[in-house]
Amino acid sequence: MNAKRIGADALAAKGWLGTYKWLLLRRTSQLAILGLFLLGPLFGVWIVKGNLAYSYTLGVLPLTDPYVALQSLMTGHVPETLGLLGVAIVLVFYFLVGGRVYCSWVCPVNIVTDTAGWLRRRLGIKGSVHLARETRYWILGMTLAGSAVTGVVLWELINPVSMLHRGLIFGMGFAWTIVLAVFLFDLFVMSRGWCGRLCPVGAFYGLLGRVSPLRVSAAQRSACNDCMDCFEVCPEPQVIRPALKGMAKGGKAATGPLILASACTNCGRCIDVCAKDVFRFGTRFNNAIPVSEAGSDPAAAPGKF
Amino acid sequence: MARTDETQPAAARKAAPARRQFIFDAARMACGVGMLGLGLGLYAKQAKALPALALRPPGALPENDFLGACIRCGLCVRDCPYDTLSLAKPETPVATGTPFFTARGIPCEMCEDIPCVKACPTGALNHRLTDINQARMGLAALIDHETCLNFLGLRCDVCYRVCPVIDKAITLELIPNSRTGRHAMFLPTVHSDHCTGCGKCEKACVTEEASIKVFPIALAKGSLGKHYRLGWEEQKKSGGSLIDEKSMVDLPDRLPEGATLPGHYDPASGMTAPPGMPGSVPGPVPSAPPGLGGPSVPSTPPGLGGDAALPPGMPGAVAGKVPSHPPGLGGGQ
Repeated sequence: MNAKRIGADALAAKGWLGTYKWLLLRRTSQLAILGLFLLGPLFGVWIVKGNLAYSYTLGVLPLTDPYVALQSLMTGHVPETLGLLGVAIVLVFYFLVGGRVYCSWVCPVNIVTDTAGWLRRRLGIKGSVHLARETRYWILGMTLAGSAVTGVVLWELINPVSMLHRGLIFGMGFAWTIVLAVFLFDLFVMSRGWCGRLCPVGAFYGLLGRVSPLRVSAAQRSACNDCMDCFEVCPEPQVIRPALKGMAKGGKAATGPLILASACTNCGRCIDVCAKDVFRFGTRFNNAIPVSEAGSDPAAAPGKF
Repeated sequence: MARTDETQPAAARKAAPARRQFIFDAARMACGVGMLGLGLGLYAKQAKALPALALRPPGALPENDFLGACIRCGLCVRDCPYDTLSLAKPETPVATGTPFFTARGIPCEMCEDIPCVKACPTGALNHRLTDINQARMGLAALIDHETCLNFLGLRCDVCYRVCPVIDKAITLELIPNSRTGRHAMFLPTVHSDHCTGCGKCEKACVTEEASIKVFPIALAKGSLGKHYRLGWEEQKKSGGSLIDEKSMVDLPDRLPEGATLPGHYDPASGMTAPPGMPGSVPGPVPSAPPGLGGPSVPSTPPGLGGDAALPPGMPGAVAGKVPSHPPGLGGGQ
């Protein structure tokens, strides 16, 4: 089993740091953000107040979760100036860097579900209840319509994301049971079930970043040796294929190397795990078919190694 | 799952099963997510029923609006200098993540600058609340007369003393102690037009389980009904009686043979009293009879506000005997 460990090729080719660079950066980002929130309650250093629903940094920067704000808006309530300002700032930010950057770089549940996914692979747990990846958009719609009908910010009644984050900062109570449920669900019931199929927060941010400029690009896709490690490690593997396998074949027209699907979380694990350095971050304005593919046999295209 | 009929060659024919499948898939989604929504909706309905002892911060919108306006950020909790507020945990019977406090735990200290309201980014705590005395977090109610020490005739007065709106939100109402027959009872009485619901009275109540408690206003406040008019209030407002007093029919009282009742309306003469007595002049019927704030007559009994000397035979009239009511409670002077 060790011989087939995902990323083994990358480890050999790029070393440990090269194989875990984006993962480390991501964990650093997640923990640093959580740490900033915790500095106040734990050490009395109030840089950031609040939680992911709304925070106020150094008394100048308001940040509001646009999904929570939208549900509140659906109930017919318009927030105060600071709340609205926070919505605007967050909308612009995620519109630029990719909506689901929230999922992979900020959300605390990502660590939980990533751990479940990792453990699932290590334990070799096969079999998964099938649920369409579109389910989350239905749930997203339901929470918005439901907020309008009930007059309550509906998803916040049970949202594991805010329960975990709020729990860590304001006191956990029994919120850990919900988080554990999400972990076990991902581990035993459904592979990548929570973030990939159910969570309407991720669905919302995905829609927000539909046309965001920052994207992962399979720029060196001609170097791909079909080891499948990127598919294994990707939380939304369906987004990779069009970009990676979009080269002109037979009569088919080529598609560009950019991963344009809004479900991509810009987590960068595919970049890490690829021994051939196929992927890198790029912008959506650079989706031209790479010159290396033009005309020649893809297998003969110059790779980095 | 997708079935394509092999016997139909044309690609166009495949559209029908595909469309059927699409509809079935959509129906499956709608049903599954709809069930989740139904459960959430019913949960939301329950969440609106704030438990009796959970109080919202100052300026909180009515519970129905509050749950749509509050985004559960906890800024009010952070800016409360007294750690009064906390965010509801999933197991708390308050909508998860929303701020609340319990009076018996840490009551509201009624900061003059109301930092919790200022911190709220959504206006779930209404920013128009700038005078903390106008806050209505709840309403105190002396819920248990049987255990309240003042009701037992003691001078506890703690709730009254700690009240930040002393003498307005809580007053002590004096009544004779009928058990001892010779003492007064100072009954703490809450007035809803001044009580902010801060909870200091409940926190300070010395009985093991508080005898005075603060409840959400919807629970604590009665309602007369719109059709009620308080005659004396209406009279004050309009500067006179609202009805034509002259045409008012007063039924004659049953009186012993030959007896007269001062101030009583006598339909025979159209006067309210025999000649020489107050009220004998035709005119409006006195709204307050003599002895209850109306024109005083010599026979006003003591103890009803009259200032006449005690007639012989009444308690306190005989020197040396302790009057049953101390002076100042309507007894002898």
